[in-house]
Amino acid sequence: MSLAEPAALPVAASAPARLHIVTRFSHRFKTSLPAYLLLLPSLVFLALFTYGAMGRVLVDALYQRATPKAPVRFVGLDNIAAVLADSAFTGAVVNNLVYAVGTAIPSIGLALLFALALSRTNAVNSALRAALFLPVLIPMVAASALFLFIFLPNVGLLDYYIGSLLPVLPNWLGDSDIALYAIMVITIWKNAGYYMLFFLAGLQAVPEDVMEAAHLDGAGPYQRLRHIIMPELKPTFLFVTVIAILNAVTQVDHVFVMTKGGPSNATNLVLFYIYQQAVEHYDIGKASAATLLTLAALMGLTALSFRTMANREDGP
Amino acid sequence: MKLLDRLFRDTPLATRNEITPKLGFLLTVLLAIVWLIPFLWMGVATLRPASDGINLMAELMPSLKPTLDNIRDAWEIGDFPRYTLNTVLICTGILLVQFVTITLAGFAFARLEFAGKTPIFYLFLMQLMLVPVLLIVPNLSLVAQLGLYDTLTGVMMPFFASAFGTFLMRQAFEAIPTELEDAALIDGASLLQRIRHIYVPLSMPSFSAFAIISVTSHWNDFLWPLMVINSPDKRPLTVGLSVFTATAEGTQAWGTIAAGTLMVIAPLLITFLIFQKRFISSFVTSGIK
Repeated sequence: MSLAEPAALPVAASAPARLHIVTRFSHRFKTSLPAYLLLLPSLVFLALFTYGAMGRVLVDALYQRATPKAPVRFVGLDNIAAVLADSAFTGAVVNNLVYAVGTAIPSIGLALLFALALSRTNAVNSALRAALFLPVLIPMVAASALFLFIFLPNVGLLDYYIGSLLPVLPNWLGDSDIALYAIMVITIWKNAGYYMLFFLAGLQAVPEDVMEAAHLDGAGPYQRLRHIIMPELKPTFLFVTVIAILNAVTQVDHVFVMTKGGPSNATNLVLFYIYQQAVEHYDIGKASAATLLTLAALMGLTALSFRTMANREDGP
Repeated sequence: MKLLDRLFRDTPLATRNEITPKLGFLLTVLLAIVWLIPFLWMGVATLRPASDGINLMAELMPSLKPTLDNIRDAWEIGDFPRYTLNTVLICTGILLVQFVTITLAGFAFARLEFAGKTPIFYLFLMQLMLVPVLLIVPNLSLVAQLGLYDTLTGVMMPFFASAFGTFLMRQAFEAIPTELEDAALIDGASLLQRIRHIYVPLSMPSFSAFAIISVTSHWNDFLWPLMVINSPDKRPLTVGLSVFTATAEGTQAWGTIAAGTLMVIAPLLITFLIFQKRFISSFVTSGIK
């Protein structure tokens, strides 16, 4: 048998070469099949609700209805142009940028302070950590219900206790110059404790012997923070910044409960604008166009954060 | 000052006389108190009788005549038992399906070699950024096409696959020695049997960590169920609370709002206070949900 084979091979040399690739491919597929079957349930839902959804956004953004009942017609980039020309959308983008920066920086700064102050484990520190972490657990809607009263003019918690210190009582949620900042306070209150956890974990990576050497050299607390702790926490900073920006785009429940984007769109954020277009104006074309623009912006962030995540995930 | 010294007595000798860390600590204590004030107000206002009037509503000193009227009112006005049931159904439904999908996918990434492993892995990784809440518009039309508008299943479906859970299980499964599986292989156990009887029982800590993250995040979901659910009797707690708040705000019934909020968050807070350590470590692993 083994002797006969080499002689038989050259006869059909051309066809089996291609056959060989096919068999190799089918062999590879066959050995991969169990893995594909295991991945199938996840892939179906990813296909439907993540990647399929992105495809549908792309298509929906190109179509428009004249009235809610009219058939859709192709309008090309008109929806995108309409969204970009809508001052409510551009206003929401500006608000969202202010909101992202104005929530990310204070909450990350506070998180670092909390983590540095509570890095040693003892009963007191654990209790303080738990207190700072409580807001993370509760729904944004519940937080909004509480802050609705805190910001209530005249009789609310804020005015009751610090109102006498102010020359005029501001209408925290009703004044378009202040409302966005009032909304930001809730986000900072809710997220600082979450980011604190990542800094606490990051601080454990600061090498003990380097810290001891710094003590021996007489390095003060600022020098230790600036030259030892901060460089060590750099990956944590990047990671937390990405989450903070993501949160600034995706957490809009408080806008819905407290201000509905008002007064005069002062607290409108991009995702809430999308919600309004889809649910209140039944304008799927415009809502999709706005979603598309937001996704494009986040894709940029994804590319940026892939590097950050590569440090945490080792790849397959 | 003595108390502060005692708290700092485990710090290195060289730093013990530094003033900055202590100031930072005092500032943190102060802020922790500020952080708790909304919760404190919620508790005090819940027990405050309506007869105290609106002007005393903000007072943080508890009323001397505490009452349960607000809780009773909230219970009667809002349909909280129904909302709670819906939220529990949604969280449980999502979690059960997720357990299946993430176990299978996590195993494939941890233990199997297959063509296209890297691209498929990145397909999962991307989902971490493309959070479902951003895709509410296309997903709402899909849910409607599937005939699942205004159903709890429609609320659950976009969350059935979880990239975060898959990575978590992959990590857990990779840590399990292959020798255990080899022994089962010799005994003729099938792939699913090996997953079911070897990998799953040994990965319970990861499952519980994932369960904590999954349940807390879906307990708190708002915008998506708000869009999918139309019937009042299918509302989850968050949507119910927002409707309840909007109604009670009109009548300035702040004590009732406080009581309603308390009922919504109490289950999570109590669970957290019992399993504090486990919650904290789960949230650290969560990174991006």
